[in-house]
Amino acid sequence: MTALTHRFQESQSFWARSLRGILGSPKATIALAICLILIATAIFGPALVPQNPYDLAAIDFFDARLPPMSNSMSGTTYWLGTDGQGRDMFSAMVYGLRTSMGVGLFSGVIALAVGTALGLTAAYYGGRIDTLIMRLVDLMLGFPTILVALMLLALLGQGVWKVVLALVIVQWAQFARAVRAAALIERGKEYVEAAASLGLSKPRILFGHMLPNCLPPIIVIGTLQVANAISAEATLSFLGIGLPITEPSLGLLIANGYQTLLSGQYWISVYPGLLLLALVFSINIVGDRLREVLNPRLSER
Amino acid sequence: MTIFIIRRFSQSLFVVFLTSLLVFVGVYAIGNPVDILIPADASFAEREAAIRALGLDRSLVAQYGTFLVNALHGDFGRSFVFNQPAISLIFQRLPATLELAFVALAIALVLGIPLGLIAGLKPRSVTDETIMTGSILGFSLPNFWQGMMLIMIFSVWLGWLPSSGRGESGEIFGITTSLATWDGLAHLILPATNLALFQLSLVIRLTRTGVRETMPLDFIKFARAKGLSERRIISVHVMKNILIPIVTVVGMEFGSLIAFAVVTETIFAWPGIGKLLIDSITVLDRPVVVAYLLVVVTMFIFINLAVDIVYSMLDPRIRLSETQ
Repeated sequence: MTALTHRFQESQSFWARSLRGILGSPKATIALAICLILIATAIFGPALVPQNPYDLAAIDFFDARLPPMSNSMSGTTYWLGTDGQGRDMFSAMVYGLRTSMGVGLFSGVIALAVGTALGLTAAYYGGRIDTLIMRLVDLMLGFPTILVALMLLALLGQGVWKVVLALVIVQWAQFARAVRAAALIERGKEYVEAAASLGLSKPRILFGHMLPNCLPPIIVIGTLQVANAISAEATLSFLGIGLPITEPSLGLLIANGYQTLLSGQYWISVYPGLLLLALVFSINIVGDRLREVLNPRLSER
Repeated sequence: MTIFIIRRFSQSLFVVFLTSLLVFVGVYAIGNPVDILIPADASFAEREAAIRALGLDRSLVAQYGTFLVNALHGDFGRSFVFNQPAISLIFQRLPATLELAFVALAIALVLGIPLGLIAGLKPRSVTDETIMTGSILGFSLPNFWQGMMLIMIFSVWLGWLPSSGRGESGEIFGITTSLATWDGLAHLILPATNLALFQLSLVIRLTRTGVRETMPLDFIKFARAKGLSERRIISVHVMKNILIPIVTVVGMEFGSLIAFAVVTETIFAWPGIGKLLIDSITVLDRPVVVAYLLVVVTMFIFINLAVDIVYSMLDPRIRLSETQ
């Protein structure tokens, strides 16, 4: 019971502290607002946009490559112009945002789960298991993310699940290392000893008691990793080895505009790029602020 | 020290071995090499003959043995597209990539260290905030999109710089490089800037953190008390201390420059190994893909090894904690 209230107070003050920290900086507040707006757009967007860009009946080929603010054959306005197939750029971007965010968040959450479980295990059991896991972590962190992802996708080929798999493989180690470091500190504390002497099972101590106290670094790294994942996915899709053409993410939309960029039709690649930038930049700003607020080492200075 | 080097070296060899295994499994076990290596219009007898000639009728372990022995001899097979050994293709294109990476690294250091110093010496000032926000922007800008914007602004709108290719190269001290001619330089500026931006942001952050950690230390106070000029303190005493982490991280990051060159080369049609890789993936030229992966990973692992060794020479604490 005491462990429970302890946990409750800790986690409550943790979320409150994060939020206060973000609201304390105007820059981070704006970034958080942008993040929330983009998340809402990704969720509700398809109901709000003028066109389903992947419904062939809704697309008029005669409207191809129209500049922003021009009118369609049927009288509606294309705010951000159209692409080579006559798709409304604004609608295509909203759908692309959904895909990009979905892949980024999903792979981030899986990497978080895998990395956290391995990091906690390494910290709690120590010895051989710890050495084995940490060797693997060092090995993974020694390689640049994009190189490993490139290698995996060059071997596996295109596909949504393959991209998610590649992103999880390149990300889990970051979580594992941070969680292990945090858990090593927690392991020495009295409440863990108390829980063990009460006869609680190891998994219960690990996930029920230690995990909530290791949250700050997990949240900070999670935020930054989602931004990284979105960026990496876009890069891979741009190179033609990421998502297939049937699941157009922002990276693919930008790649589509690459061919027409040189002939001056800038809008096909500029607007999706700006959206991608806004997304990654605002997540990074929030993550950076969280790191400042939650990292005790920095706040002492 | 010798023990440390031997240990690190054998670890590196082990990682290279693991990578070769991964690549082998990827190409030969997941994909079907028969479909990849033999033309689709071959007759049944031709197929059988080819399978025997390629040794595909033998066990996977035996095949891996052959693969490894051949790879150690630098034989990764012939490119289907260029009809020449894959490894020689890689070595033909490698200089262009290395040139791009080195120039990008130089840009990142020359601009990054001063900017980091300025930010770190006046923490929380407007200049600091601006530089640091700029560096987050540098991290966030998708590399490929930023390259396209460079092309749009400087090639399409302003028409100042060429958007693709390597241009004319000349010779300096017997090395063929684009730096020797104006045309080559003009072609190099945009791709190098594109590749440098991420590293630049990193160098700024590292320098700033280093400065902030070094400035409150006693030896700086002592140098001030001795009456040294602020300029000398910063350019000699502070710099010496912050250069170690910068050199290490930048050395490590050289590998990721080579990896990111894939993106830059694709956008600017730079004739290096990165563009070769993407082209080869698109046309399923597997021998070249395999050669690229193994050459780049091996190169990367040995760069890391070199950086580790240099670092442990500079900072004995690393090597001591390792041997315990």
